Amino acid sequence: MTTDPTAQTIVGATAGPPDHDPAGDDAGASIWRVAARRLRRNPGAIIGAVIVLVFLAVALLAPVLAQYDPQALPGRTEIRPTFIPGPSDAYPLGLDRYGGDLLSKLIWGARASLLIGVLSTLLGLAGGALLGLLAGAFGGWVDTVTMRLVDLMLSVPSLLLAVSIAAVIGQSPNAVVIAIGVVQVPIFARLLRGSMLAQRDQDYVLAATSLGLSRRTVVMSHIVPNSVGPVIVQATLMLATAVIEAAALSFLGLGGGSPITAEWGRMLTAAQNELEVAPRLALWPGACIAITALGFTLFGEALREALDPKTRKR
Amino acid sequence: MARLVLQRLALLIPTLLGLSILLFLWVRALPGGPATALLGERATPEAVANINRLYGFDKPLLEQYLTWLGQLVTGNFGVSTRTGVPVLEEFLGRFPATIELTVVALVIAVGVGIPLGYLAARHQGRALDHTTVVASLLGVTIPVFFLAFLLKYAFAVELGWFPSAGRQDPTIVATHPTGFYVLDGLLTREWDASWDALKHLFLPALALGSIPLAIIARITRASVIEVQGADYVRTARAKGLRPPRLRRRVVLRNAMLPVATTIGLQVGLLLSGAVLTETVFAFNGIGSFLAEAIFSLDYAVLQGFILFVAVVYALANLAVDVSYGLIDPRMRVR
Repeated sequence: MTTDPTAQTIVGATAGPPDHDPAGDDAGASIWRVAARRLRRNPGAIIGAVIVLVFLAVALLAPVLAQYDPQALPGRTEIRPTFIPGPSDAYPLGLDRYGGDLLSKLIWGARASLLIGVLSTLLGLAGGALLGLLAGAFGGWVDTVTMRLVDLMLSVPSLLLAVSIAAVIGQSPNAVVIAIGVVQVPIFARLLRGSMLAQRDQDYVLAATSLGLSRRTVVMSHIVPNSVGPVIVQATLMLATAVIEAAALSFLGLGGGSPITAEWGRMLTAAQNELEVAPRLALWPGACIAITALGFTLFGEALREALDPKTRKR
Repeated sequence: MARLVLQRLALLIPTLLGLSILLFLWVRALPGGPATALLGERATPEAVANINRLYGFDKPLLEQYLTWLGQLVTGNFGVSTRTGVPVLEEFLGRFPATIELTVVALVIAVGVGIPLGYLAARHQGRALDHTTVVASLLGVTIPVFFLAFLLKYAFAVELGWFPSAGRQDPTIVATHPTGFYVLDGLLTREWDASWDALKHLFLPALALGSIPLAIIARITRASVIEVQGADYVRTARAKGLRPPRLRRRVVLRNAMLPVATTIGLQVGLLLSGAVLTETVFAFNGIGSFLAEAIFSLDYAVLQGFILFVAVVYALANLAVDVSYGLIDPRMRVR
């Protein structure tokens, strides 16, 4: 099968978005065009996209936007055991317990939290897509073994699984990325497999097979491009979960680093003891996590609706 | 029905076996092996050798696994390296607290979520509906530990309506025959103790129940909207069924199937959320115990907790399947 020259080119093509499919799959392209048009008309999608873009911009431009370095403690001398200075001209959102500038730390925190969220989702997507593809393309015992493994992973609630994985790897941001990524693998695997199975019995697949195309070509250039929709939707929604779970793991201390680390979950841990003195130290990072998650969720839900043929006529 | 339960219980065995193999290999795959994990920074070569001999880590893997499995089956989950107390004992002592917390959280989630979702569906497109949709969206995106912070700050620190931490006011002297504090107060007729325990439960349970509440409200709304438009509802109405009876017997009953599944799935969410909520409210259950076990790399506790949660999770989903039979007569035949 690997000697088939067409199969080689088509395998490469699947790396790009399906609407650029060189196989000329018009139906596939129009789904995405229609979806884009429907997204533009959906206020939820626009709000979600704006939130996500703002936070992405903040994360990317953190070195420019933040007045201080993430580890800097410019107001160290102004901190008293019972008093933490609030907003002032020098520190727009006030200081934290250690004398760090809250605004600067929130900005750097956006970079840390989004990076963890995006990397872990990419990891989960890659692992899940690989397993799902194996199961969906080969069926038989490959499918059975893969899906039993997936069931096993899903038999433990995801946050607990992530906690135990991160605990074993050791307390560091990398551990958090790996833990949250691994936890997502079974979800993506099951989704892609289910989606591929639904396509397998479609007439166009029968047509492609009867034209004598190899199984690899049928799977890679026909079944897969038509199965990725739900996976992309899930990935968008997963970004919200990943940001929240990353914060949860950091909150439990699995993200490592010192208490002054500029990461939203970690900042919440530090704020825990200051609730009576300076509640804003908890409010700001918490609100950042919630708003980022809201952005991804709104956009993901809108994307799901836009790609769903059942709601297409509305 | 009994057959279904037995079948499902039988299916639980391979899952747990698989999970136990993963957990077994997981600790043994650690750099330096389990002895290093147990000893941490105190891992000198002779200490490692001692531990290996003591715990049998130097024996063949299969033999080790079977020994460990034999211990698990007889309820021996090992000893917590942090407290020196058997894991099972630690769990049994703390479990009532977590059960109380998750049950109250689930009662809040179901008790508010279903009516809210139902009312939103009946008033689809109006203010109540929009509010519910937005609130349920926020409920899912606000991290549970952040909500716990907000509730603690607003209702415990600022307003002082509820206590901010623990399970019982230290000034209250109460006896605890069962470990379920609310129940204990009722049994021993120490009403104050019961009331106090309930007040301690309310905020953590509300925080913990928020996500399930949002999800249940959402699913109920969607499900009721779908059922309302179904042909059989139109038929029932056409043959003259009065609206209250129609809603109760036809719409609500049919709409509850997906909701039941959702409720079962929430149990896992509640148990993992308990780790965070109990930490914020210094609530001495298995959740906060696990959070502490993470820091001290207490693997026996981690392993035990995961197996334990998997069992509870599976049993909850089994309960959901059984409840299908109660909701939908068609499911009873099988």
